[in-house]
Amino acid sequence: MTSEALFSLALTIIFGALVSGTPLLFATLGEILAERSGVMNLGIEGMMLVGAMSGFATWFNTGNIWLGFLVGTLFGGLLSLLHAYITITLRADQVVSGLAVTFLGTGLSSILGAAYVGKKVPTPNTIIVPILNRISLQEVTVVLIGLVVAPLIWYYLNRTRPGLNLRSVGEYPSAADSLGINVYRIRYMYVIFGGLMAGLGGSAMSLVTDPGWVDGKTSGMGWIAVGLVIFASWDPLRGLWVAYFFGLLRRLPLDLQNPALPLISTANNPSIGRVMDMLPYLATIFILILGSREAMRKRLGAPAALGNPYIRGERGL
Amino acid sequence: MKIPGTSYQMRVETRLDNPGWMGAASAVLGIILALIVGGIVLRAAGATDPIGTYQEIFKEGYGTPADWQAGFHALLTNGDCPRGLLCFGPISDTLVKAAPILLTGLACLLAFRMKLWNIGADGQMFLGGLAATAVAVFIMPKDTDRSLMLILMAIAGSLAGLAYGLIPGFLKARLNINEIITTLMLNYVAYKLLEYFVVVGPWSIGDFESTGPFPKTATWPRLTEFAKSVPIFAGLTAHPGILLGIGVAIILAWIFYKSQWGYQIRVIGDNPRAAKYAGIDLPRNILLVMGLSGAIAGLAGMNEVAALRELNGRFQRGLGFTGVIVAWLARLNPLAAILVSILFGGLMVGTQLIQPQGISAMLQGVILFVVVGTELLFRYRIKLEKAEQIVINKAEAPHDK
Amino acid sequence: MSESPNSFEMRGIVKRFPGVFANDHVDFSCKVGEVHALLGENGAGKSTLMNVLAGLYRPEAGELVIGGKQVTLHSPQDAIANGVGMIHQHFMLVPSHSVAENMVLGLNKPRFFLNLSQVEEQVAALAKQYDLNVNPRAKIWELSVGEQQRVEVLKMLFRGAKILIMDEPTAVLTPQEVEALFRTLREMTSQGHSIVFISHKLDEVVAIADRVTVLRKGKITASGVSAKGSTKAQLARLMVGREILFQIEKKKMEPGKIILETKNLQADNDRALPALRGVSMQLRAGEILGVAGVAGNGQRELAEVLTGLRNSTGGEMIFDQVALGPHTNWREIGQRLAHIPEDRSAVGSVPGLSVAENSILKCFNLTPIAKGWSIDAAAMQKKAVKLVDEYQIATASIQTPVRMLSGGNLQKLILAREISGGPSLMIAVHPTRGLDVGATEAVHKLLIKQRESGAAIMLISEDLDELLSLSDRLAVMYEGKIVGEMPAEGADIQRIGLMMAGTKVEA
Repeated sequence: MTSEALFSLALTIIFGALVSGTPLLFATLGEILAERSGVMNLGIEGMMLVGAMSGFATWFNTGNIWLGFLVGTLFGGLLSLLHAYITITLRADQVVSGLAVTFLGTGLSSILGAAYVGKKVPTPNTIIVPILNRISLQEVTVVLIGLVVAPLIWYYLNRTRPGLNLRSVGEYPSAADSLGINVYRIRYMYVIFGGLMAGLGGSAMSLVTDPGWVDGKTSGMGWIAVGLVIFASWDPLRGLWVAYFFGLLRRLPLDLQNPALPLISTANNPSIGRVMDMLPYLATIFILILGSREAMRKRLGAPAALGNPYIRGERGL
Repeated sequence: MKIPGTSYQMRVETRLDNPGWMGAASAVLGIILALIVGGIVLRAAGATDPIGTYQEIFKEGYGTPADWQAGFHALLTNGDCPRGLLCFGPISDTLVKAAPILLTGLACLLAFRMKLWNIGADGQMFLGGLAATAVAVFIMPKDTDRSLMLILMAIAGSLAGLAYGLIPGFLKARLNINEIITTLMLNYVAYKLLEYFVVVGPWSIGDFESTGPFPKTATWPRLTEFAKSVPIFAGLTAHPGILLGIGVAIILAWIFYKSQWGYQIRVIGDNPRAAKYAGIDLPRNILLVMGLSGAIAGLAGMNEVAALRELNGRFQRGLGFTGVIVAWLARLNPLAAILVSILFGGLMVGTQLIQPQGISAMLQGVILFVVVGTELLFRYRIKLEKAEQIVINKAEAPHDK
Repeated sequence: MSESPNSFEMRGIVKRFPGVFANDHVDFSCKVGEVHALLGENGAGKSTLMNVLAGLYRPEAGELVIGGKQVTLHSPQDAIANGVGMIHQHFMLVPSHSVAENMVLGLNKPRFFLNLSQVEEQVAALAKQYDLNVNPRAKIWELSVGEQQRVEVLKMLFRGAKILIMDEPTAVLTPQEVEALFRTLREMTSQGHSIVFISHKLDEVVAIADRVTVLRKGKITASGVSAKGSTKAQLARLMVGREILFQIEKKKMEPGKIILETKNLQADNDRALPALRGVSMQLRAGEILGVAGVAGNGQRELAEVLTGLRNSTGGEMIFDQVALGPHTNWREIGQRLAHIPEDRSAVGSVPGLSVAENSILKCFNLTPIAKGWSIDAAAMQKKAVKLVDEYQIATASIQTPVRMLSGGNLQKLILAREISGGPSLMIAVHPTRGLDVGATEAVHKLLIKQRESGAAIMLISEDLDELLSLSDRLAVMYEGKIVGEMPAEGADIQRIGLMMAGTKVEA
């Protein structure tokens, strides 16, 4: 194997990591904002599935991939609206409601997506990049969106008034309320934003990073996103590189099937492939262990009001 | 909160009473609402007759009154059922399906009582299935006594589940790591582990993605095996798994409501700070509860392999998640979980043949939504009031001094 | 002063909560440049009335006139727009934000991009004008309670509040900080601000207010009387509706053997910073040791370390001649070591469990409640019935979940449970906070009775009056140390105040 080919392979793996990490990044960013507002949404997996399925169905029927993105994103948001209503207005347990979102999303995507399993849409436009061989325009676009959006969200959160309001609502909602900030509206906004981002992440999977639809398409990515939010200690920029790291872990089994790597190729040894498949899940647990040590040392904390429904006037009576 | 377009506003007050009927009411409401929503989705998915579909589900899951009548008649006269398997077939299949979800439901319920969100009953069940299979196929000789074999499988299954439950338990107790994420991640690891052993790995026979059939001694005895003495049992698949579940439920009920340990679990579940104040050891109880919860889920895995008579790559995922809903719908009451699991078993049997698949998962999601949404009604009283100024009727005021 | 126009007027305000008439046709007004005190017991409806003025609650009837215009406030923002700012008892500051971020929170301008360095300059200028010294870049959690209160005042001035409502502002301050606050308030009234001063402390009201309005059980019992022309006894009668005893009867007791001794005890707080920096003290049987101090000087940590809720990082504790430490079985000694925790519902009880189940919280594994591995339900009920009768706990039944009990009854249940173990040491933290006068008196009597039966009692409180009237000895805590000890009888409140503020005082 020539050094040029190795270089090319390395670049392919890196770009692959960016591509497969991007849907995870979208979902993680959305959940970071939702949790910073004080609402945990464990339904990311379900919203991603619905986003992936509806996005793919739209693409398949209309042939317009961008319309697919739009529909997938909207459906993710629609599902999160349910979670917002149950947890913010009805003040129900956020954990259980989030689980219900995932069940519902899994079921809905399975029922409505049955007709699209295994269907193909003509390959998207590709552009030729010298070293990376062929990559698609859509892949580049999606990765760029992720690279731009994460710092923007960081800036929004830390340097703007809506960001300040958002953080206040998640840290001390009654203080925000006493200053005229509408706690309910802000929580609704960001739970829905989280849903939209999960839907976007799901549709990015079924439209770009791994085009097509199968039942349970996201295979736990939504849950991994929930874990990443904790490890990223609710910081969008930390979320960025953690998501890419997980993209790498997800890609690795595929890349290692490359017969050009005779020593570690999994092409001839499927058992190793199964073990490799476990990596993202084990790594999630591992980073949480790492994170807990760091959290203890640096005293990084979750938003103070995370998980608590807000009830005006319950204290001051 | 103002309701748009009206002059009424919703007011939420803390409830000072706690009517017992509301638990059952919210469960029934949940099921009805779920059926309505499910009907709408079925229509959207192209089904022309949702009500007919439901009738079909009900018939497949529980049978018809006429079948039951004929069945009991045959049972009393020790004769055949005129319609063959149809008499008790549906309920027998339902009990078979109910056994694992009763066990996973109990596993979840035990952990949830202490506000430990063990969502990993699925993974713990897979590990239980693997361990029981190892005993049945690879460790014990084929001609082991049947009850001994089954007991050893149950022990192995529950021990494997216990160990797998202790991992997130340990991480929670020592490092305060969110158990929702760890238990979920371990689910996926367990799926891959099973694939590794059975699909591509050391346990698969050729390309069958299976361990091959278990020796008979490693399988649950089914009713049909006794068809010689009771003819109506012919073809019935019901096995002692459901009894195992009911036994565990009764033990859990005793633990919760009678024992000192159950008292500690309830105190921790309601207010961990008060538990610490009372000198109750939290980490130790987290380990105990997660371990026992995993062990019960592991039993569910043993039950499944003993019922399926082989372990293959199609070992069903998601029964642990159904357990979450069973636990919640039973309002964390172990005895209520028995009824709920039989109800859900019927739902699963009834929807098995219906396309599209996934209807069961969706209905479960909607039921869970309604049950958690109506939780509010237990703690608060919701009143609709005119948003405009309200003229106080003095006689109404409760403590007008 | 009397010719000044009214800055606001409230007429016939009615506000109900489930089961309570919080405000029953209340009239209240305040003149420009005036401090108007709103006096009343806990639960009299003072905070409710002011929450109405601050736009947090909407009254069911009544009208509100601010600056001569009739207004309807839909939100706190409306109130601020009308120049009304409220400083709540629990500060409405976001702990993880900086002072400047808290200043601009909730404002309309700038709408999107925040220019925090500009805000910091404005805050510094404003702070100078009113002599309120704070660093605009500091995070709120880094500030002391007194500094946080200054931030709250600045926040309201920054928003252009002309009417400032202060809800029990002195509760958490040292006497010296109270003086500084009063100077600021006078400075503000001289610049044309109006101040509503909510309090139940008569001395302060007489010291700072121009006029006083008294509320009792949601109704006005005195409207706008001159503060200078009223005596404390008059005001007290208006407030509680009967003469209250400022002194508590207690027998002379000869202190017995040493029950609790600490030597150089150290511990960290939740942020892993040292909270106890070497506490050494002795507590004897039949003695009440009052621990005074401003909140956050280690009192909470001291109580938690002594009851096993927090690990010590150094030093010794000896209880009944046995050293306590990591090896201690706290559940075992829980019967002899009673603990009335600061937070009744979050620590001292299990809200979802019944009165009966809560009554065995610390003895569920002991006879007669425990029977093998199970709990003897009959014994549990017998115990609960006994406690409810003996301590006159008002509850629908012993099966009622305790979250439905009132604060006073919950506190009585906790005390009853702790006393039922026959403790030789009792650690009581803010045992009367938030209770009405009747319940407070009941709790005080129970504590005195325990003392007379020979228990050693550590009473941690922020209420100096309570400490002085109940304690035999007083210890003052400052920054994790005991900075002074004295007999309670004849103790000089000025000197205690200086000690609470960390000033060295010659013994």
